[in-house]
Amino acid sequence: MIFLGFLDNLIHGISLGSIYAIIALGYSMVYGIAKMLNFAHGDVIMVGAYISYYAVSSVTGCFGLHPALGLLLSVSICTLLGVTIEFLAYRPLRKAPSLAVLITAIGISYFLQNAAQLICGSSTKFFPYVEFFHNKLFTVGELSVSLTTIVTIAACIVIMIGLTLFTGKTKTGKAMRACAEDKGAAQLMGINVNKTISITFAIGSALAAIAGILFGCAYPSLSPTLGSMPGIKAFTAAVFGGIGSIPGALLGGILLGIIENLAKGYISTELSDAIVFAVLIIVLLVKPTGLLGKKIHEKV
Amino acid sequence: MKKLFKKKSTRTSFITYAVVVAVFLYLQIRNATGGLSSTMAGQLVPICAWSIMALSLNLTVGVLGELSLGHAGFMSIGAFTGAITAAVIRFQSGGAAGGALTLIASVAVGAVFAGIAGVLIGIPVLRLKGDYLAIVTLAFGEIIRALINVFYVGIDKNGLHISFLNTENLSLDAGGKLILNGASGISGIQKISTFFAGFVLIMLCLIVIFNFVNSRSGRAVMAIRDNRIAVDSIGIPATRYKLLAFVISATLAGMGGALFALGQNSIVASKFDFNTSILILVFVVLGSQGNMLGSIIAASVLTVLPELPFMRGFKDYRMLIYAIILILVMIFKNNPTLKRFMQKLFPFAELKKRFAKKAEGGGNDG
Repeated sequence: MIFLGFLDNLIHGISLGSIYAIIALGYSMVYGIAKMLNFAHGDVIMVGAYISYYAVSSVTGCFGLHPALGLLLSVSICTLLGVTIEFLAYRPLRKAPSLAVLITAIGISYFLQNAAQLICGSSTKFFPYVEFFHNKLFTVGELSVSLTTIVTIAACIVIMIGLTLFTGKTKTGKAMRACAEDKGAAQLMGINVNKTISITFAIGSALAAIAGILFGCAYPSLSPTLGSMPGIKAFTAAVFGGIGSIPGALLGGILLGIIENLAKGYISTELSDAIVFAVLIIVLLVKPTGLLGKKIHEKV
Repeated sequence: MKKLFKKKSTRTSFITYAVVVAVFLYLQIRNATGGLSSTMAGQLVPICAWSIMALSLNLTVGVLGELSLGHAGFMSIGAFTGAITAAVIRFQSGGAAGGALTLIASVAVGAVFAGIAGVLIGIPVLRLKGDYLAIVTLAFGEIIRALINVFYVGIDKNGLHISFLNTENLSLDAGGKLILNGASGISGIQKISTFFAGFVLIMLCLIVIFNFVNSRSGRAVMAIRDNRIAVDSIGIPATRYKLLAFVISATLAGMGGALFALGQNSIVASKFDFNTSILILVFVVLGSQGNMLGSIIAASVLTVLPELPFMRGFKDYRMLIYAIILILVMIFKNNPTLKRFMQKLFPFAELKKRFAKKAEGGGNDG
């Protein structure tokens, strides 16, 4: 029985970790190319969750569309939002010191949170996708796993494989890797750096929208600040696994999810966040480049 | 005397002192003659506390050049240890009203504990730099918040009882008193912070910061900010100086936190979260990094602004306006095209810069 409880915690941890991994990918890709910490990424998750809520929910004032349509709508609006944010706020600061860019990103994050608060109100909203999945349970022996969990993990695996192929095989993906390595040299090779960065933001934001919906399924009550905590934790995951690396984001995300869930289950619910952050600090101190990160030597 | 004021750093510090003293005297007289409304009078202590927070963060962000996103954590430590000290003194003296001595003791305890936390956090954190440092300070801020949320403190005639579990675990006597009740925080705080105390603490902060910045250590810290590799190459122990600046910053923040807590009826740990850290950062950025007077002005204006009668209608939009101002300031200050455009629009600032350059060589804004 104890083992069963542990397995249950583990599966939930992997599911939560899959969401972190998807968010972490967005952070990691943007950090790799634009060398900036996109603090607003967590709030794009929130926007994604809210849009799908308004599209799908059958409460008055919402549209009651099919969930698949809601997903499509959410992903496309978030993509647009990500590109717009990049164009309006980050592009003018391309050559500015990193502190200025970071503070701008924090400003955007604040803006999105408070705009959502004003537009949607602070009343808690119930996420409609949960009804769609009907909380179906699959039982293997004594262990039961919900459909939501399986969908989350499957989505994460599909996205990881897709992105690995995209960055490895396609021309755009290669351009992204070139920009991450050396923007000046990439430009000399005829790569449009600004366009490539825009595409990166678009992909990151689309992933954030998907993560928003998956997160909503896991924690079905929406609030304007829902994205900030998973956002911070996903960044933790990206750093944990080695920022800029796709398998690193996957590994970091899933490990973080497992640590968080086990800490919740066996140590203390209130202290689980503290434990997650303590792990981040320890990892950064022992291996500042993360688990799978490459060490870059600084040149004078 | 004339020779003394020729140095720009001396001039800046004396102008700052003079402005703070003048504004204090003005507000004190207005307050004594009943010229301030009760809401405004109630804002005087928070203004001082937030100004101290902005000043202390400015030492990390403006002078040291590292972004700290966990500054509210130090404020929180100062606030809780300070409020606990005041409550203990009150209990020991049999519930007598606290005075200036209680306040001094509480602020000192808050500063010491925040300083110790600064050392403990600074040693690991300052090995990192840039974004990694920022994210680790954020992590520490959240850890502090989570820990205080499960922290219980009570007192009876046997002394102080501390627990990380619950109130029952404190096993207090019948005559004992619960001080800190986990996530519910500390309530029933005696408001002993005064505007005068706040003013004294601001002056103390300014004196500490200006003297530090214009000392050998301060110059080393600014050199680290400007070029870390050059500093390493001439044998300045960078980590030690960074730690020094960080600990001073944390200590001052602890003072600010204690002052803030003793001006409130109750405090809870969740008040000092990531958003509060960001709020302090907004003060520093709007007041211009490295400019101490700017920090005080920004902190005061942004604390008072939402309380003004005509702003009441905009209360919902307050944070939205904050965010937009923050973004615009950053873009206008850092985009080369817009910067040139602004210089054409306001040629005065450019002239002043040229004049300052002619007047002296070197020096800084601090």
